[in-house]
Amino acid sequence: MKEDEVLVKVEGLSKKFCKDLKTSLWYGVKDLVSNIKGNKNERLLRDKEFWAVKDVNFELRRGECLGLIGHNGAGKSTLLKILNGLINPDAGKITINGRVGALIELGAGFNPILSGRENIYNNGAVLGFTRKEIDAKVEEIIDFSEIREFIDMPVQNYSSGMKVRLGFAVAAQMEPDVLIIDEVLAVGDVSFRAKCYDRISELMKSCCIILVTHSMPQVSKICTTSILMHKGQIKAHGNNGNVIEAYYDDNYIEDKPTLIHSEDCVLEYFRTKEKVFNGQIKNLEVDISILSEIETDDIDISIFLMSRELIPVCQTSSKFFNKKIALHKGVNSVKFIIDELYLNTGIYKFSITIEGINTNKIYLWMQNLNSIQVFNQFTLVSPIIIKGKFIC
Amino acid sequence: MQLETRVYQKENNLKIGKLLKASARDFFGSHFLAKQLATRDITSQYRQSYLGILWAFIAPISSAFVWIFLSATGTVNLSDTGVPYPVFVFSGTLIWSIIIESINSPTSNTNAARGIMTKINFPKEALILSGIYKILFNSSIKIILLVILIFAFGVGFHFSLLLFPFAIIAAIVFGTTIGLFLTPISLIYTDIARIIGMGLSLLMYITPVVYTIPKEGLMKTVMELNPFTSLILTARDLALGNTPEYLSYFCGIFIASVSVFFIGLLFYRISIPIIVERLSA
Repeated sequence: MKEDEVLVKVEGLSKKFCKDLKTSLWYGVKDLVSNIKGNKNERLLRDKEFWAVKDVNFELRRGECLGLIGHNGAGKSTLLKILNGLINPDAGKITINGRVGALIELGAGFNPILSGRENIYNNGAVLGFTRKEIDAKVEEIIDFSEIREFIDMPVQNYSSGMKVRLGFAVAAQMEPDVLIIDEVLAVGDVSFRAKCYDRISELMKSCCIILVTHSMPQVSKICTTSILMHKGQIKAHGNNGNVIEAYYDDNYIEDKPTLIHSEDCVLEYFRTKEKVFNGQIKNLEVDISILSEIETDDIDISIFLMSRELIPVCQTSSKFFNKKIALHKGVNSVKFIIDELYLNTGIYKFSITIEGINTNKIYLWMQNLNSIQVFNQFTLVSPIIIKGKFIC
Repeated sequence: MQLETRVYQKENNLKIGKLLKASARDFFGSHFLAKQLATRDITSQYRQSYLGILWAFIAPISSAFVWIFLSATGTVNLSDTGVPYPVFVFSGTLIWSIIIESINSPTSNTNAARGIMTKINFPKEALILSGIYKILFNSSIKIILLVILIFAFGVGFHFSLLLFPFAIIAAIVFGTTIGLFLTPISLIYTDIARIIGMGLSLLMYITPVVYTIPKEGLMKTVMELNPFTSLILTARDLALGNTPEYLSYFCGIFIASVSVFFIGLLFYRISIPIIVERLSA
């Protein structure tokens, strides 16, 4: 097994689709006829057609993992289907060396009435295993899925998580040279998901992977390089950091405060002096003004910084610092000073909650407030950077 | 170890011979998958019922019974068939149902596997083979019934009965070949599937399934030209120990079906990506 042999080579790949069903079906019939004759002419767009994938080029070697990202309808799944040999390209060429395995649908070929054990054979057969191989691996599969207790129960009584477990357990037995993964890992509980990742990392040593996902942390964690697709074309290709940045630029969410809950309280303004930072954030003042209709003491103000996927990255809280804050009728001004914060390159958004500590009541909850942008020399994987010293 | 290389591009610039070879290899190589799919469909079909496998006997008996009833009560007046009418009807409907099942099988199996086909790459020839396995299973039950009837009505054993399975195989190959050519188009347009269904039920009336070929007239010419006639009559003659009248026509059809079958398989193979594209887009 050579170390850096090229396993996947994609050259000038294009594929067109049709927007209208009736026309699409008619083109299908025409293609059936022209396909028999070989159809070597250059294919141009016909009426109502568009390029779902246009002029895509890349190469993949053993041990590499390519992340395919892009918003919905960018052509990622179409590209996977062509790579998997399910549909033929309209132009260009794909050369694949070795066995191809696809984790696109788990549990293909399952019949709900049959038991888990019988369905291991069905699913295994569809994935291309021989009877001998499945016989040899069936115990291992049951162990991996952790559902031995229910293995002789009809699959229709399984929970969706159990079905996924069984499906992945069978698929995990594949030993492909090229592995195609489409977001299937986003299901199942945490411990099983961790197990799936372990298995994939193990596979990665001996194969190359093409992974379609919307989770940027997943891209930075597993992938060696990534591709951003936009309207069927490659918009960015290469280093994860740059591609992920391009993805966010592509999916820019405007600073448009969203009110999730409000009771007796309105946010008048929420301001920061600066918006763009080079390196660490130091002594940043956050000015908040709250218009209250009630008189209440002992409230907690929490300020969050969220990622662009609106996942909380870090937070502060007045009760955490034992700071008693009361709300008076009318305008209340509060200031918070961020002493020091070290964040990864990217854009972050503020959000705020105001709660009564004793009343357990939420007075205000707003998201997607001001955004701040941080630039560092390097783009790292996780959002918060630990401040410290390396001593050698 | 040399890795297998696959190339995907728009032209089918492979030689016809190479394609045929690949198609035949996948057809015969997918035996395990086909068997697994057939077992899955058969067991799941019967597991949810108390009578289970008995249903496989009930359906053909009841359809034959209708014709036996119509003839016995004199509702329809049919010319003499030369053998006990129940045996005549049962053998006719048996072969007819096998041919119809064979014609529909590639389409229905491919349609049922749409979900997997658009996600996973597996030899699609397995779908055809599993269809054949399912028909063989269903047919063998019906053949057992036929043999019982043959003895029960005193037709008795003839050595030609041993050749009867070959007639069944001819019927399956003939039907599946037609089915292979119809599948791509009937998957794209549901109209086609409806037209075929309707056409087949009309076709039964110009085929000697439940009655004999008339002595003269237009119907005689039509029936004698009808390729289904030779399949049905030869199978029935073999089962009942008569001399097969249309043996040469039958052999011609069988040989033609076998060779066209592989062309049909090839057509099916190169059509699948287009169907997947149109159904999953």
